[in-house]
Amino acid sequence: MTTDTFSHSAFFQQLKKYYTFYTGGFLLFLFALAIAEQMGMSRAWIGYWFLFATIALYAGIGWMSRTMDVAEYYVAGRRVPAFFNGMATGADWMSAASFIGMAGTLFLSGFDGLAWVMGWTGGFCLVALFLAPYLRKFGQFTIPDFLAERYGGNIVRSIGVIAAITCSFVYVVAQIYGVGLIVSRMTGLEFGVGVFVGLGGILVCAMLGGMRAVTWTQVAQYIVLIIAYLTPVVWLGIKHTGIPIPQIAYGYTLQKLGEVEKKITNDPKEQEVRKIFADRAAAGKAALATPDQSYTDGKARVAQNLTDLKAANAPADQVAAAEKAVAAYPANVDAAKVQWKKETALAARAAPPKPHGEAFPGKDDAARDTARLNFIGIVFCMMFGTAALPHILMRYYTTPSVQQARVSVFWSLFFIFLLYFTAPCLAVLAKYDMFTNLVGSSFATLPAWAAAWAKVDPSLLNITDINHDGIVQWAEVVIGGDLIVLATPEIAGLPYVVSGLVAAGGLAAALSTADGLLLTIANALAHDLYYKMIDPTATTARRVTISKVLLVCAAITAAYVTSLKPGDILFLVGAAFSLGASSFFPALVMGVFWKRANKWGAICGMVVGLGLCAYYMYTRYPFFGVNMPLWFGLSPVSAGMFGLPASMLTIFIVSLLTPEPSRQVQELVEHVRYPNLVGDTMNTQAA
Amino acid sequence: MELTAKHEEYWHRNLKITSILLLVWFIVTFVEIWFARDLNSSMTFLGFPLAFYMSAQGSLIIYVVLIGVYALLMRKLDLEYNVDEGDLE
Repeated sequence: MTTDTFSHSAFFQQLKKYYTFYTGGFLLFLFALAIAEQMGMSRAWIGYWFLFATIALYAGIGWMSRTMDVAEYYVAGRRVPAFFNGMATGADWMSAASFIGMAGTLFLSGFDGLAWVMGWTGGFCLVALFLAPYLRKFGQFTIPDFLAERYGGNIVRSIGVIAAITCSFVYVVAQIYGVGLIVSRMTGLEFGVGVFVGLGGILVCAMLGGMRAVTWTQVAQYIVLIIAYLTPVVWLGIKHTGIPIPQIAYGYTLQKLGEVEKKITNDPKEQEVRKIFADRAAAGKAALATPDQSYTDGKARVAQNLTDLKAANAPADQVAAAEKAVAAYPANVDAAKVQWKKETALAARAAPPKPHGEAFPGKDDAARDTARLNFIGIVFCMMFGTAALPHILMRYYTTPSVQQARVSVFWSLFFIFLLYFTAPCLAVLAKYDMFTNLVGSSFATLPAWAAAWAKVDPSLLNITDINHDGIVQWAEVVIGGDLIVLATPEIAGLPYVVSGLVAAGGLAAALSTADGLLLTIANALAHDLYYKMIDPTATTARRVTISKVLLVCAAITAAYVTSLKPGDILFLVGAAFSLGASSFFPALVMGVFWKRANKWGAICGMVVGLGLCAYYMYTRYPFFGVNMPLWFGLSPVSAGMFGLPASMLTIFIVSLLTPEPSRQVQELVEHVRYPNLVGDTMNTQAA
Repeated sequence: MELTAKHEEYWHRNLKITSILLLVWFIVTFVEIWFARDLNSSMTFLGFPLAFYMSAQGSLIIYVVLIGVYALLMRKLDLEYNVDEGDLE
């Protein structure tokens, strides 16, 4: 590679120049919109500008990077410098769930939410130590490529393709859902329209230039999303900690938060509201115990109440309220049951706030141990899943050398770290702000942001005066996690243009991840299934064309599944990681580190891992309705904690029971272990 | 091709670096989590309870540094054993 005329350092300088100009241009664009807002541009128009300007930009980069060359299309010509590959991986990695959901989860669950933060960063250690350099040396196009070459045969490749498509598809559905949500929030367009506008942006980019276009767009998207995430937090940090790097100083805010939590726990008005919820929950539970009896009694009671009031000549408004109660009484027992179940669920709101910094809170030691085990389960599965998701591993095929691949993991985690160490800080600052400014304010003069959000979207913020004292108690506030990131600019008192910026950042996060995932799916089908297994004589032009067509098909299928709005997004994401960890990680790592691992070991191991993981999820996740008892109380998201060791053990045992791999395969292992082996004639690198 | 003794040695030193770094990773992740309650109640750092700090920031910083150290050590090892890829400009 040193002999070609292409100069890596000149290329790096050129990229640096481009992206510096680009960042400057983006800041100028922000500044112009801020001025326009002061001059009276409407909020809807600011939203449209952000949406169309950023999507046009991403599509523009896609158009400029269009290509029909195989190596360019699959691995961006293998000349992406470590630094920029790090940025692209960062954007590829950080999804809508990281950008919007993470801070919300931390806000709602305190310390326990940190499992996601640790899991989604620490996994890169495994990528660096076990995978990136070796995959780069191997230097093909996809992850099933490696499995097929190392273990031999189409069975392994097929399992690889199935596993790659399964986890990528589950994950991409969650992203497209995020795209639709953000676009509709930014502009007021319908959810469905939002999905298709966003999808259009993804397709122009990924279809025209494959990995090459996606890489350079992802770098641009990273810059947008990190500016969008940090701006409001810095502002809020200055407000509460007095310094512009609140990540360092929010420990003291956390202490103050602890004091406010105690105050809220002991406040008589708060206790009054919590008691109301506890009573309502108890009443609901009692009614559910004897549904038929309760239904008749309740119906008689509201009717009786109305008659009494009428007989006593009560004021008109009281009579009207009683009439309304009669009209609103459930039509039959089943409808009443639904209502009672809702009331029973209010028990959750009868609890005082959980101390934010406390690790594994629980009522006794057993509960605390289960909480700890589940924390470990999430960390474990997210980490090993990170080191197994094909769309991330694929990125390390694109660097110019093995050493650059190693350095590139460093930059990847560095850029991801910038967002992940900010999220817990944002959660604490936002919580402290709400505890001090929202709680205790009167319903007549709510903070402006709270009044606005409660009106726009009750699922994100709902404040009801339960005890009718006209003052907001914390127990009266219901918050949806996504509110935290979306409303921070307003909580910090920033102009609307920053809210637009945050939405644009969320969009960039969702689009960049969706890009990478769709490309992985399409490549697994076009390269592994079509080219390697069906028609190895296909011309390069034909291979690239087929990839592009399949990309569109994958995108449309994913959009269709998204429109059905399947289940819980966080579960989908977690499931993708657990599946990846159980299927890919053991086979990939043992393939490099244990020469004795052979074809049958890998086949059985992957099947066992994937199967056990899927079985545990299917039989334990409430959505499927089987609901068997949990093993050790471990939630189904962490199924990989069983799948991965089982898979490893299977590979080990089956490999030892069957003949060792051929001399040629062992040489391949040696080949990938050394960045450059003098006298080694093997060349696995696909051009 | 046959690997020389020197090549074997390179791989063993690679394994050693990998295991030591993996041990660090394991300690700041799983050992830290296991004792989180004790760490939280024992001391504070920059105002944070210690385990909260580690999970939210400290371990993350160590992960980044760990990968950086790995890249540097491996670069050195490659050069020492003459298995580096030459300068790609």
